[in-house]
Amino acid sequence: MIPAITFKNNRINFKEKAFKKTLTISAIVAVTILIAIFFTLLVNSFPSIKALGAGFFYDKTWDPVADEYGALPFLVGTLLTSFLALLISTPFSIAVSIFLGEYYKKGIVAETFKNVIDLLAGIPSVIYGFWGLFVLVPIVRIIEMKLNVPPYGVGIFTSSIILAIMILPFSVSLSRQVISMVPDHLKEAAYSLGATRFEVITKIIIPYTKSGLFAGLLLALGRALGETMAVTMLIGNTHSIPTGIFSPGNTMASVIANEFSEATGKIYTSALIEMGLFLFVVATVINIIGKQIIKRFTL
Amino acid sequence: MNFRKLILPLLIIAFAFASCGGNNSQKEGGNTSNKNSDAILGAGATFPYPFYSKVFDVYNKEKGVKVNYQSIGSGGGIKQLQNKTVDFGASDAPMSDEELSKSPAPIVHVPSCLGAVIITYNLPGDPVLKFTPEVLANIFLGKIKKWNDPKILAINPGVKLPDLPISIVHRSDGSGTTYIFSDYLSKVSPEWNTKPGKGKSLNWPAGLGAKGNEGVSGLIKQTPGSIGYVELVYALQNKMPAAQLKNKAGNFVAASLQSSTAAANIDLPADMRVSLTNSDAADGYPICSFTYLLLYKDQKYDDRTEASAKATVNLVNYVIHDGQKYAEALGYAPLPEAAVKKAEDILKSVTYGDKPLQ
Repeated sequence: MIPAITFKNNRINFKEKAFKKTLTISAIVAVTILIAIFFTLLVNSFPSIKALGAGFFYDKTWDPVADEYGALPFLVGTLLTSFLALLISTPFSIAVSIFLGEYYKKGIVAETFKNVIDLLAGIPSVIYGFWGLFVLVPIVRIIEMKLNVPPYGVGIFTSSIILAIMILPFSVSLSRQVISMVPDHLKEAAYSLGATRFEVITKIIIPYTKSGLFAGLLLALGRALGETMAVTMLIGNTHSIPTGIFSPGNTMASVIANEFSEATGKIYTSALIEMGLFLFVVATVINIIGKQIIKRFTL
Repeated sequence: MNFRKLILPLLIIAFAFASCGGNNSQKEGGNTSNKNSDAILGAGATFPYPFYSKVFDVYNKEKGVKVNYQSIGSGGGIKQLQNKTVDFGASDAPMSDEELSKSPAPIVHVPSCLGAVIITYNLPGDPVLKFTPEVLANIFLGKIKKWNDPKILAINPGVKLPDLPISIVHRSDGSGTTYIFSDYLSKVSPEWNTKPGKGKSLNWPAGLGAKGNEGVSGLIKQTPGSIGYVELVYALQNKMPAAQLKNKAGNFVAASLQSSTAAANIDLPADMRVSLTNSDAADGYPICSFTYLLLYKDQKYDDRTEASAKATVNLVNYVIHDGQKYAEALGYAPLPEAAVKKAEDILKSVTYGDKPLQ
C-alpha cells in the first residue's frame, strides 16, 4: 500500500510542478512581450529623437514632404478628444454606476443593463465609426449650421461623443463594483439618523467611493487616448491645431494608423514610432496610477 | 475543491487547442516551403490588386503556377523586395533614386497597367464640370472658396453653379493616389510645388481627410459642395461624377480607360521610371500613372534557383501580354503598344547570372 501511495504522490507532485511551471512561463512570456514592445519602440524612435529633439512636442508643422515632424497638433487633438469624451461620459457613467450598484443590484433589470453595457465594450470600433459617420455626423452638421460654424459634421466634437460611448463600459464596470462594496453598516447608520436615499448617495456613497470612481475614469481615459479606428473615421484628419471643439483635427493614434503603412524615409517612420512610444508611456502611466488608486481603495 | 478540479481539465483543453493551433501553423509553414519552388511570392501596391488577382488566378489555371500576392501597400512591397522575402514587388510610384541606391542590387521597373485619378464633387444636378490646371490647383490650395467663383464660371459657360462654399476632401492615409494627384498639381502649379509639394501624405493647405477611396467618396456624398479625388476604378464602379481636365495640349479630356492609355502614348524612357501626369499626349487624360512590377535585374541572388527566377520572369511577361485583356473589364487601363515593347526590352535585360531569362 505504502509504495503505491508514494507513487501516486509523486505523480501528483509532478503534475503540480508541471502546472506551476507552465503558469510561470506564460506569465514571463506576457511580461517579456510587453518589455520587448517598449524596447522596439524606443530603439526605433532614436533617429527621430536625435533629429527632432524636443521640437517634436512643440512644433506645429507635420509635413512629410518637407521632412518636418512636429506632433503638437496631434497632441492637442488627442488630449482634446479624450478629455472632452471623459467630460461627456462622466455624468452618465456615475449615474449608471449608482443605478446598478445601489438601486438595482440584482434581478433581471440589473442583469440586462449590465450585459448591455458590457456589450458596448465588445462592439468593434469600426462599427462605432460607421454609426458615427451615418447617424452622428448629419446630426452634428445640423447643430453646426444652427450655431453658424463651418458645417463639417466630422471633427473633435463628433469624435468625442463616439469616444464617450466607447469608454462608458470601462468606467462603469469599476465604479459599479466599488459602489456595491460600500459597507452596509455605514449606510444603515445614515438611514437610522434619518437620512434620505439621496443624502445617503451624496453624503456616504460618493465620498466613500471617490477614489474608486476616479480610478474608473482614469482607466476610461487611458482607453480614449489610444482609440484609433472610430476616431480616424470621424475626426477629419487635418494636420493643423484645432481652433475649437467643432473644428477638425487629428490624434496621434489616428496619424499612426493613417500614415505608417506608406511611410518611407528613416525620420518619417521613426517620428511615427516615437508617437507610438509616447502613447505607450502615457497609457502605462495612467494605468499604473489607476491601479494604485484601486489598490489603496480595496486595502 | 470543485473549482480546483475544474481548472486542470480546462487548462489541458486550452493547451490542446493551443498546440493544435501550433501544429496547424507548422503544417501551413511546411506547405509553403514545399511549394516554394512553384509558388511565386509577390507583395506591394493595393491599387492594382483586383487586376493582379484576376490575372494570377487565370495564370494558375492555365500554367498551373500559383502566385501568392499580398497587397500590403507600395512602401511595404519595396521593403519586402529589398529584404528579398518576395520574388517580385509592386509599386504605384516608381522607386526614387534614393530608394534604388539603398537596394542591395539593381532593380528593374516593368509597368503592368495604368491608373488614373479623377476629380469628383457633390453639386446639385451632378453637372459635368471643366477645370483648367490653374483653377484646380487654386481650389485645392484653398484660394478659390466658392463654387460660383468667376474663375470657375468662366470655363464652365452654361453651367449653373450654386453660391456654396467649396469643401475639400483628401485622403488621410498615405497613398499612391495622393502621390499621383500631388505630382500633377506640382507640375502645373509653381505655388503647389513649393508649398505642399508631392508625396503620399501631404501637409494639406485646406480640407478634411478621409481614409481610403471609400472614405473620401463617403464624405463627398454626405457634404454638399464638396470636392475630392479618387481612383478612376473606384469612380467607375460607383458611377461618380467626374470633371474634365484641360491637358497639356489644351484639350479638355474626360477621365476614361481610353484616355488613360492614350496618356502613355508618348516617348517613354528606357527604364520606364516616368511620371505620366500632364503628359504631352494630345488626347491623354492628365492625371495618370503606370503601376509597376519590380524585380531584381540579376535574378541570381541568395540561394535562388534558376527555375524560380524563370517562373517569375514568365509571370511578368504574361502580365504585360496576355494579362492585358483582363484589365479593361476590371476598370484598369491597359498598356499602349509602345509601352509593351519597352517593357519587353526591360524583361529581356533580366538575367540569371550571365544567362538571359527571356
